[in-house]
This record gives sequence, structure tokens and C-alpha cells, in this order.
Amino acid sequence: MNHLASPALLAFFSAAPIAHIGLLDMIVIAVYFGMVIWIGFYLKGRSNTSEEFFMAGREMTAWIAGLSFVSANLGSLELMGWAGSAYQYGILATHWYWIGAIPAMLFLGLVMMPFYYVSKTHSVPGYLFLRYGEHARVLAAVSFAMEMILMSGVNMFAMAVVMKIVLGWSLTFSIVVSACAVTLYVALGGLRSAIFNEVLQFVLIWGGALLVPILGLYQAGGVSGLKAQIIKNMGTDSYFHMWRDTGHFAANPMGTHWTGIVLGLGFVISFGYWTTDFLVVQRVLAAHNLRAARMAPVIGSFFKMAVPFIVILPGLLSLVLLQNSDGTRRQLVPEDTVKACVPMSSDCAASLKKTLLPIAVQQDVLNQKVTPQSELHSYNEVLPLMMVRYLGPGLLGLGITALIAGFMSGMAGNISAFSTVWTYDIYKPLINKKGSDSHYVMVGRLSILIGVAVSIGAGYLVQNAHGIMDYVQALFSFFIAPLLGAILMGMFWKRATAPAGFLGLLVGICSSVSMFVWVKLSPAALGVVALYPDATDMAANLYRAWWAFSITVIVIFLVSMVTKPKPVTELDGLCYSCTVLPKEEWVPWYKQVWVWATLAICIFAALNILFW
Amino acid sequence: MHGSGIQIWFFIGVLLLIYGVLILGYGIFELVNGCYPAGVQLTSLHTPIWWGGLLTALGALYCIKFRPGRA
Repeated sequence: MNHLASPALLAFFSAAPIAHIGLLDMIVIAVYFGMVIWIGFYLKGRSNTSEEFFMAGREMTAWIAGLSFVSANLGSLELMGWAGSAYQYGILATHWYWIGAIPAMLFLGLVMMPFYYVSKTHSVPGYLFLRYGEHARVLAAVSFAMEMILMSGVNMFAMAVVMKIVLGWSLTFSIVVSACAVTLYVALGGLRSAIFNEVLQFVLIWGGALLVPILGLYQAGGVSGLKAQIIKNMGTDSYFHMWRDTGHFAANPMGTHWTGIVLGLGFVISFGYWTTDFLVVQRVLAAHNLRAARMAPVIGSFFKMAVPFIVILPGLLSLVLLQNSDGTRRQLVPEDTVKACVPMSSDCAASLKKTLLPIAVQQDVLNQKVTPQSELHSYNEVLPLMMVRYLGPGLLGLGITALIAGFMSGMAGNISAFSTVWTYDIYKPLINKKGSDSHYVMVGRLSILIGVAVSIGAGYLVQNAHGIMDYVQALFSFFIAPLLGAILMGMFWKRATAPAGFLGLLVGICSSVSMFVWVKLSPAALGVVALYPDATDMAANLYRAWWAFSITVIVIFLVSMVTKPKPVTELDGLCYSCTVLPKEEWVPWYKQVWVWATLAICIFAALNILFW
Repeated sequence: MHGSGIQIWFFIGVLLLIYGVLILGYGIFELVNGCYPAGVQLTSLHTPIWWGGLLTALGALYCIKFRPGRA
């Protein structure tokens, strides 16, 4: 999840490119751009009505909706950031792919999807309107639209920075090319085009990145060889245990506790993201019937469980395989150290001292005996470094294309979700209620153009204002937890009232922001918010989400008790106890959603036990 | 996707086929000439040949199975 991404990549900077691509790699990249634009033009003729443009005609199969659902979340920031996290924290980083995703995805498919689908809403704010009224919808829609624009800008700029580091391309060139391509294919083909490209990207990511763990494992002597070398190099086997060392904050490198992982990540953040974030829910709403809509997240869960193979494993492999030119093990360093030493600043020496770099290497960097940009690589450069190690001409182009595709589909997802929410939940109810269908399609297309333009500005703003990126990451946690509280209360408690929904959402958001500001102004507050004074930012995010969710639920409960609820007849299709779900067509047992969800849960449990 | 027209799987097939042919072609060139890129590990495994071959086969399969106009 973007909002859960480990240290932001925007900051990383070095002068010399990691990879040198040749003509064959350029052809591979150019073919990808040609393909996405071809898809955009091909789909233009099939995106004329608002239902076609914003909801892809609601005719996606379970497989396409499921792959798109997972792919919308599988951006390059995610891939590179979590590979870097695996280098730092070991297999603990896998929590964000398993407990941080699988239960929530299955819950969406089995329990929540029928309500989204039966209510025929176009968006998550649209559901809030049906359940709680206009105020709740506008609050959710405006905050979501802002997030999407900002994240689209962050994605665009992050891609440009990565292309500069990996390939030496100029920032402006990367931004112009990616913005033009994304605008063209989303404005032409709408959500259908975005979904097509997400499925394409999913295949590309596996085609481009799968070789790294395969070849790495071969070179490391298989899983047992990798394990033995990590224990030898790092002096601990903690890197292979997901739960064993989470009994105390200080016992694991992530500085978190299992309660934070289970309640904050596994419940609030994960359920908040996978079941209420319209960016991913929109993909499932495009399914062609209720059964496909329920099956899509279940199909997606199997692929999500497999992603650590191409993200976490390369991070672990790099702990033993990355070498300097003299054959010694290459130590990667934190983002801050690269920033402090490239170009050289007065903070470099202090920053180097905090790393595990050998003293001799630190001295060489400080005395400029070696160029810092060639010696210092950040954790987030793990994936490109591993690609360069194993992928020759053509294959390297495929790997780089996978990263570009990840960035572009991330941006396209942000922009297509923004366009839908802007048109249906802001423009239509607040600005022009009586427009024709073609008018709203035109507004949607125009909002994509304007959205991309504003994203570029937002991207430059984030890049130039130091520290803003931290706030962008935090922004997600401000809204997601309260939104989850409001939607769960609305779906499963018929007594929840419209004023309670709006107030709960508002108070939840304000409380989350207040906790964030409190900790920023007074670091000692971490002991209250995260229950541990030395908790990491990541742990603080998990606990803040839990408190914000709890506050939202309590406020909705209390306000509902003193306000008048909607008549039960008006809650049909919106609330669990007031809805008779349509009977689904008969299918054999092996096509039943429950069967596949049970299998997914069994694999999920087995994986957690295996890597306990 | 449901309905008529070109399916996404066909686009994927075309892309994999192009990539497969390019990478396999380079792999064969590399093998015949014996010139391997400097700094790349495990060149003795001839990765471009088997990976390129796999992409070509998958791409061709998808192109045929999901070709436009196929009932």
C-alpha cells in the first residue's frame, strides 16, 4: 500500500546512474509505451457513456478485476520500498503483504462487496451518501480527491527520481513522458484503459522481476544456503522470523509489538485500505456480476500472498549477495546518510557513524578517497542493484519497464479514481446536478487533464519542500481509519444515524491529525500514543490508526443514541440486517467463493506458521 | 473482459511475444558470439535464452488463444 510504504524514495539521490541501458533495452521500453497508447486509442470507442468511462461498463471478469485490484496497489514505490525494508528488517516486512492484506481482502469479497455492489454506488463516498447523507459524502470525497492528486504527483516525481538514479535520465524528461502517456490512455479509455494497463503491468512485473529471486537463490545455494549465510553475516536468525521476536518493542529491528501488528496493521489500516479506499474498491465495482465482484478480491489474495517472493526475497538475498568490486560484502545505508554525504555535508561523518559500514570505508568516504555516490547506496536501491547484478541487455530493459509500468499504473489508478470521485461526488451534487450523461463524461476527461497538471505541480512542491513527504505518507492514515469506522458502523449497525456518521468521521480525522501533531511537537507523547517512548514512526502509525478508529466508532455510537435513525425500509442494500441479498446463480463447489476463500485462509495460516 | 472486441489477454500475448523474440534473439546472438555483458552474474546459465523462450511460448499461446474474432 502506498500509504504504508517504508521510507519515501523521493529523497534518495546520487549522481552516477546504477545501470547503463543499451539499444535493446530502449526498444523494450519503447514497445511498452507504444502498447499502452495503442490500448488507450483502441478503448476510446468503448468509453462513451458515463457507465463505460467511470465504471468500465461494469463488465470485467473476476480474473481481470482481481488482478487489477492487486496491481493498483503494486506500484514501484511499493516494490522498491519494501525490498529495502526487507534488507533492514528481514522477513518482518512480509507482514504488510500477509496479515496486512489477506484477511481484509477476503472480508471485502465475502462480506462487504455485496453492499457496495447491490447499492449500485459509483464510489465509496457514494455509499456514505446513501447511508449517512451529503455531509459525510462531501467530507470523504474532498479528502480522497486531495489524496489522489497528491499521491499521483508523488508517484510521478518518484518515478522521475528513480529513472534519474537508475538510468541517469533528466527529471523533466521522465515527468513529461510519463504524464503524457498516462493522460492519453486514461483520458481516452477511462477506467477500462486503466484496468487493462494494470493487468498488463502485473504480468510485466512478474516477467521482469521474477528472475532476480530465481537467480539469487541459485547463487546463494537455495533457501538453506541463504539462511546459513545471513546468520553468519548478521549474527542472528531474527531475519527469518515474522512473529517470534514481536513480544517486546526492543526485541525486533522494526521496533514494534505484535499488538500493533494485529490491531493497527492487521485490522484498522489493512481493512481501512483494502475495503474502503476507492482506488482499489473501484476495480472490483467494475466486475460484471456480484459473483465476479466477490470472487475478484479472493483471486487477488492468492497473488498478494506471492508478491513477497519478488519483493522481500530480493531484499534478503541482497544481505548476502551484494558485493563491492573487491569482493567484500556491500553494506547499504539509510536514506539520510546518502543525503548527508552526496554531496558532502557537515552531517556526513555523524551520519556514517550510525551505519554498519566498516570504519576504513567511512574514512575513505570522508577523505574523498572514493566517490561517495559510487560507494553509498541506500536500502531503497536494493531492487535496481539486484537487477543490474543478474539482468543483461533486454532483460534489464524488461526489469526497468516493470518499474516504469508500476509507476504509471499507480498514477493512472490515482487519476482515474480522482476523476470518478470528482465527477460523481463533488461536481455532480455541488456544481451541476442536471448535466447530460455526455456532459459528465466530458467533465471526467477534463478532470483527468487538470488532475495530471495539478499532480505535476504537487510533485514539484513535495520534492522542494523538505519533510513534506512524511506528511503525505501520514495523510493516508488520517483518513483511512475513521473511514473504516464509519463504513463498518453503517454497514453492520442499523441504528447508526446520519449526523453520527458525519460527526464520527470528522472527529476521527481530527483526533488522528491531533495525535500526529502532538507527537511532532512533543516526542514524549509517543509513550502515550504508541505505548512505548522509543517506538518507531511505523509503530506510531499503527497505534494512531487504532485509536482513530476506536474514537470514530465511539462517537458514532454515542451520537446515534441521541439522534433519530433512518427507517429500516430506507436501509435496504445498505445495512447487513436490513438487506436480502440477491440469490446468486448456481455454480459447482469448485467455483464457490467460500471454497477459494477457505483455501486462501489455510495458505495464509500455513505461511505464518512456517515463518513464525 | 466480457463482451466482444480485443481481450486484454491478447494485448498481453502480443507484448510477451515481442519481448520474448527480442530477448531470445539476443540470447542466441550472445551464445553464438560468446560475448557476455561485463558485470552481469551467472551468464553461464544463458538466462536470455530460456527466459526469452518462455516469454515467446507464453506470448504465442495467448496470441493464438485470445486472437480477435475467435469464437
